[in-house]
Amino acid sequence: MSENPQANFVIVDTGCANLASVKFAVERLGFTITISDDIDVIKNADKVILPGVGSARHAMENIRAKGLVATLQQLTQPVLGFCLGMQLMTRTSAEGVGKDEVVECLGLIPTDVRPLEAKTLRLPHMGWNTLTQVSDHAIFTGISVDDYFYFVHSFAAPISEYTVARCHYGSEFSAAIAKDNFIGCQFHPERSSALGSKIIKNFLEM
Amino acid sequence: MLAKRIIPCLDVRDGKVVKGVQFRNHEIIGDIVPLAQKYAQAGADELVFYDITASSDDRVVDKSWVSRIAQVIDIPFCVAGGIKTEEDAKQILMMGADKISINSPALRDPSLISRLADIFGQQCIVVGVDSFFNQDANNGAGEYQVYQFTGDETRTQKTKWRTLDWIQEVQRLGAGEIVLNCMNQDGVRQGYDIEQLSQVRKLCNVPLIASGGAGEISHFVDVFQQADVDGALAASVFHKAIIAMDELKQTLKNEKVEIRLC
Repeated sequence: MSENPQANFVIVDTGCANLASVKFAVERLGFTITISDDIDVIKNADKVILPGVGSARHAMENIRAKGLVATLQQLTQPVLGFCLGMQLMTRTSAEGVGKDEVVECLGLIPTDVRPLEAKTLRLPHMGWNTLTQVSDHAIFTGISVDDYFYFVHSFAAPISEYTVARCHYGSEFSAAIAKDNFIGCQFHPERSSALGSKIIKNFLEM
Repeated sequence: MLAKRIIPCLDVRDGKVVKGVQFRNHEIIGDIVPLAQKYAQAGADELVFYDITASSDDRVVDKSWVSRIAQVIDIPFCVAGGIKTEEDAKQILMMGADKISINSPALRDPSLISRLADIFGQQCIVVGVDSFFNQDANNGAGEYQVYQFTGDETRTQKTKWRTLDWIQEVQRLGAGEIVLNCMNQDGVRQGYDIEQLSQVRKLCNVPLIASGGAGEISHFVDVFQQADVDGALAASVFHKAIIAMDELKQTLKNEKVEIRLC
């Protein structure tokens, strides 16, 4: 069971499809968590998870339609983004729009999501890949270089001062980025077996 | 390095896992949820659940088992069978599936691939292709041809598509992954169809998954080394415990195939 039964965890209902998987992953660890798009519920959470799959354009449209942009930008508690959820934390994404256009994202971490430079490799980058570098950020406690995580994406955040873990597929990109209370993983911890669960547990117990 | 994927496939009929030989004579293997859990714990990289009756029966069957699987496993899984519309796909993905695979409905309405990719993202749209080598076709030179409704042998029929043309078409429409089921090899455990997979690989720029024919560990080594597929799907060798997951993965690693050990 949860070591802190009073803790109030919330998954932001971005209208994307992997909400159930994220909720189940948290529940498998013995915690309870609420899925919500209610401004007050999200504001008052102790920890917030921002999940997402699909295109940045659709997800940002959902978030705007729900009136959640300012709420998410003003959060001061720890916030963890998964996959598209991580990408939404950046300033802009090139996914889901025409050439030379970008989608305005939440601007929580000042970097920009661009097509993954896979060189001759096949896209999407789909499957289990290793981390090539891991920082000492609290969510990576017990995680090492060469540990495998499940990735599914064609766009990525480049290496920057906000990179806290790296992966290589044709070129090196950010497997995770962080700034202040915000952290995002490009991979899917909820689908990355025991090590993915470890990251979720680290976050919830941070 | 990106690991090659080992993907147990669970054929589902009326809520039970079944296995047939060349799509016929289905026998019940067991309940879905404990089997899914067993494979995830054994180190499978991904699971595929094919509802083999859905397309041919022209119905969407009860899919509540999708949610029960999502609750217990912590690896990705894909659901196939009877997904004909955006609404069908949404329902399956909302229950916790990571990907959906379409086959006969994509042949009937190829634009479905594009519509699904646009809404849910290319990464979760898998196209399954059932391909059969007809020796008599092409003036006796033989040809790979696409079949549909393979879940029910009384309705299985050849389509107008040559396999290599269809592979290119589905990529153009936005498929994020292709599962190529080589029907001549299915269920007979004589090895993957390396020749056909190699031909398809040359035209396939999205992940390609081999299906049909796995019977022993060397078949997996061969398909990764010789056809450069991204994943290998198999059913009976796992259901009947002919191959142990840990031994398979260790052998692949020893053979210098990039693999996630468990």
